Amino acid sequence: MNFFLLSIIKAAVIAFVLLTTLAYLQWVERKVIAHIQVRLGPSRVGPHGLLQPLADVIKLITKEDLIPSHVNKFVYLLAPFLAVTMALISISVIPFGPEIKIFGQPTWMQLTDLNIGLLMILAVSSMGVYGIALAGWASNNKYSLLGGLRSSAQMISYELPLSLAIVSPLLLSNALSLRRIVETQAGSIIHWNILRLPAPQIVSFFVFLIAGFAETNRVPFDLPEAENELVAGFHTEYSSMKFAAFFMAEYANMVTISCVTAILFLGGWQPLFPVAWGSNYVPVAILAAAGLVAIYHGLHPARRLDRLTLPAFGLIFLAIAALFLIPAGQSALLPLFWFLAKVGFILFLFIWIRGTLPRFRYDQLMRFAWTVLFPIAIANLLVTGFLVAWRS
Amino acid sequence: MDVILFLIFAIIAVVSGVNVVVQTHPISSALSLIGVMGSLAVLYLLLGAEFIAMAQIIVYAGAVMVLFIFVIMLLNAGAESKRGRSLVAQLLGFPLLIAFLALTSYFVQRLYTNGAVVHFGGFQGGTAQNIGRALFTQYLLPFEVTSILILIGIVGAIVLARKELD
Repeated sequence: MNFFLLSIIKAAVIAFVLLTTLAYLQWVERKVIAHIQVRLGPSRVGPHGLLQPLADVIKLITKEDLIPSHVNKFVYLLAPFLAVTMALISISVIPFGPEIKIFGQPTWMQLTDLNIGLLMILAVSSMGVYGIALAGWASNNKYSLLGGLRSSAQMISYELPLSLAIVSPLLLSNALSLRRIVETQAGSIIHWNILRLPAPQIVSFFVFLIAGFAETNRVPFDLPEAENELVAGFHTEYSSMKFAAFFMAEYANMVTISCVTAILFLGGWQPLFPVAWGSNYVPVAILAAAGLVAIYHGLHPARRLDRLTLPAFGLIFLAIAALFLIPAGQSALLPLFWFLAKVGFILFLFIWIRGTLPRFRYDQLMRFAWTVLFPIAIANLLVTGFLVAWRS
Repeated sequence: MDVILFLIFAIIAVVSGVNVVVQTHPISSALSLIGVMGSLAVLYLLLGAEFIAMAQIIVYAGAVMVLFIFVIMLLNAGAESKRGRSLVAQLLGFPLLIAFLALTSYFVQRLYTNGAVVHFGGFQGGTAQNIGRALFTQYLLPFEVTSILILIGIVGAIVLARKELD
């Protein structure tokens, strides 16, 4: 019974945190891109635009939900449902940290550990293609159809280098369960799969990241929704919450890809350097520094409102830093910090690249997948296989 | 629990299978086929063959059927109109189907007389390690022959595509 209750609580917490993250990821993206382009970004709703996601959600829910008369109704309604379900399911096998004790009850910071966890993520993400392809077809609109065709061709092509790039770190870790994969990377950064002997996986890390960008339809691979040629691509005919479903699916896929990258290549929740060298104090130092900087800027405000908001944020950061010093919570908070730091870094990379790179042309996209990425992934797999076999 | 899940997904599989044939629109048929493959994967999972279940979804539901749907979308195939069937098919179709089902169930009963053949979760060799070992020891020859067959398919596709280009 305890197990059952605990699982329900964990599922609720993870679902709540994930959905909030999806909403705020969009705020972060708008802010970062705005600053890359020397703008301010959302700043009207709440301090620094922090309530903008809430306003967006209310807007999306209350908008008129219209179904065009010329669509295939069943498939048209099925597509966004499929896209968002398949995008949200994969979070259930992601481990956020090691085994911890909550009120004396030992539990893992993970919903469920399958010994085929990685395969399940691959399977679910390959089913996610249907959401986009069927949305394009059911809309009965030439732009949507072209967007759907492009996305299915692109996702099939990039799934091959993606899967091949996953295999090489698996050879090093010798496990399919995500929890085991992280456990084999314990120690410091030189034990993470990206730098681990006998076969550092730097090449397959980049192949995986590039293919991951293409799988999530992000810039520079966002041809399915290229607005200058396809209006809005596969979701042209969707409005209100159905449009929001596609949006959520895209961001959830981004989060999943980032989590898988962190687990496969960057050691999951393992710290950057050993605890003996004081890695337990890194989060405290970073958060305290952020809090002090915020308070300093609050005392020397550039705008009038900053005098109020920045010290408040500074105090919040200092409070979180103090949390990391309490020994009772450290066993849960420290792994969580390292995992979230890695995932956050990769998510920032997604946004950074969106603000930097232009879009590919369609033939370039296909040629790149088949003639560059695919051979590199195969060669890397061969070299890794030989090195691992030679070592054992 | 296992039996209930088995019944649910077996029914889904059979209904989707019939739906593949009954539907007139190619996309609806393809979607039903995905339903068949998905519920088959669940049946594999119930038997304890987790790796095969996931491979079923990745390869069949995820890759093969996406290509099917891609081609249907590319050709923009519409719904097919029902043509009149021949008198022989109309008269003999249903009785022949019943006879075939009866024969199948008769032979299954005859061949497996000792009760239940399969137990839920009774199969322990379903992990990736077991499958890999079996493929590279016991079934090495069929495995390699299959890979050569696929290679022939790839070469053939390229030859056909080259002919179009010239």
